[in-house]
Amino acid sequence: MTDKFISIEGIAKRYPGASGATTTIFENLWLSMARGEFACVIGHSGCGKTTVLNILAGLDAPSEGAVIVDGQAISGTSLDRAVIFQSHALLPWRTVLGNVGYAVSSKWRSWDRAKVRAHAQTFIDLVGLTGSEHKRPSELSGGMKQRVGIARALSITPKMMLMDEPFSALDALTRGTLQDEVRRICLETGQTAFMITHDVDEAIYLADKIFLMTNGPGAVLAEVVENPLPRDRGRIDLHRHPLYYALRNHIIDFLVTRSKTFTTETPHHDPRDVPLVQIGKPGLTLAAGSDELRQTWMPETNPGLSA
Amino acid sequence: MTSSSLRLRAGLVSIVLLAAFLGIWHLATRSTGATTTMSPEYAKLMGLTATQGKSAMPGPVDVGAKLWEHVRRPFYDNGPNDKGLGIQLGYSIARVGTGYLLAVLVAIPLGFLIGMSPLLSKALDPFIQVLKPISPLAWMPLALYTIKDSSISAIFVIFICSIWPMLLNTVFGVASVRKEWINVARTLEVGTVRRAFTVILPAAAPTILTGMRISIGIAWLVIVAAEMLVGGTGIGYFVWNEWNNLSITNVIIAILLIGVVGMLLDQILARFTRMVTFPE
Repeated sequence: MTDKFISIEGIAKRYPGASGATTTIFENLWLSMARGEFACVIGHSGCGKTTVLNILAGLDAPSEGAVIVDGQAISGTSLDRAVIFQSHALLPWRTVLGNVGYAVSSKWRSWDRAKVRAHAQTFIDLVGLTGSEHKRPSELSGGMKQRVGIARALSITPKMMLMDEPFSALDALTRGTLQDEVRRICLETGQTAFMITHDVDEAIYLADKIFLMTNGPGAVLAEVVENPLPRDRGRIDLHRHPLYYALRNHIIDFLVTRSKTFTTETPHHDPRDVPLVQIGKPGLTLAAGSDELRQTWMPETNPGLSA
Repeated sequence: MTSSSLRLRAGLVSIVLLAAFLGIWHLATRSTGATTTMSPEYAKLMGLTATQGKSAMPGPVDVGAKLWEHVRRPFYDNGPNDKGLGIQLGYSIARVGTGYLLAVLVAIPLGFLIGMSPLLSKALDPFIQVLKPISPLAWMPLALYTIKDSSISAIFVIFICSIWPMLLNTVFGVASVRKEWINVARTLEVGTVRRAFTVILPAAAPTILTGMRISIGIAWLVIVAAEMLVGGTGIGYFVWNEWNNLSITNVIIAILLIGVVGMLLDQILARFTRMVTFPE
């Protein structure tokens, strides 16, 4: 991980609260991702996951700190960072082709109509919506709407995709299919992806790295869990992998108990040196105790972040 | 029951109600026969009301006959006090149209600005709140004094009464465009002007059109009163002139036509509203 494609450096988000006090959602948050990596953030509601994503997208500005993408500090939104919204956020007065085309023509303003259409069509075909180009969002099912959202995000050929619980409003079957699609597309195009999710299995299936966040306010990034499953994992035999349950239990344990107690139990937690948990690696422990987890941190895997 | 049969039955009930209304009207105003005996010459002078018990209120047959006369010759012009109903309606519609269009040209861009700027919205709110409830006719003397032209004053009154619903609806529509649609435009680096036309305008269009529909209704209500005041031409002036002529028949016809034209104006705007409404 020498290539730090995305680097979140000490960001904080504070809101003015009642009677002059400020509420700190999180502060001093450090996080980095390599190019082509798929990262999932897991944490309870209110821990600031969405705020982190919005800051990455440029929709929200951090109260402190900076975000560096591809060697440059970001300011505001960019066509390099596509967002897939939880509520799909399609423009209801435009057709499928119109919605994707709107993104395409926003990126390449000099393109003529035919070129925009052809380009949009490629991505509509990619997400399997061929034949529905002229339907309006109201005529589509939830899954199809989210496909359009994915096609719109991909059509601008972004450097990275930001997804805010993109599948949480879908039924289990549709969610599974779309996870497959997103995984396939991200692997094929080598996308860097940052996804917020509440679904542990979704994170295990999709992510290379899983960021665990404690409860807010005052949330911290507690651990970075490396996914031990092979890159060419399949949905069907995922749970047969020897490390699957160890990984799953580790995340569930965190969500159930440690997300609440982490800050008090780990007073010396250094947000710049977040422990990297490598489940199943020889010489590493797999326990849920925070003291033992300190030992699992391997500084050489986080160059540049070490103090 | 299918909807077509429901419409059929509703239509039937409407016709029955209309027939009942016309029947009662006819019975209430018909002649009851000779009430007093008098010499034929004297009776001729006294008219049907005195001799036959005929009501002073015209019956549906009188109104129908007179209406037919008007429909056959809508555009005659026999001088200032005797013009065809088509001409009078034309004047009114032209005044409403002019004042209304001017209001559209001011209210929608201004509403856009106010809706997009929380500062302007807060700063202008007290003015709008005070100006909005003023009866448009209260402006009339001021308009007559400053403009010194009765016809333009009427247009100004239409302008001032139709501006508020459009302005407030535009502000509301623009201010309440879904945040996620704005965010889509932001992540696509769409500029302010393009965003206003490709996201905010289509998203706010149904609300804006609803405001325009309310406005045209108010404008049509106000023009009758305004023309009664300024006189000269128009359907409002026609009503007042026929009242001075004691022609209740013509007054009733004018009332009917005002209703029909008002309905048509509303339907036109309703059609536009349907065109820009999007299902979610």
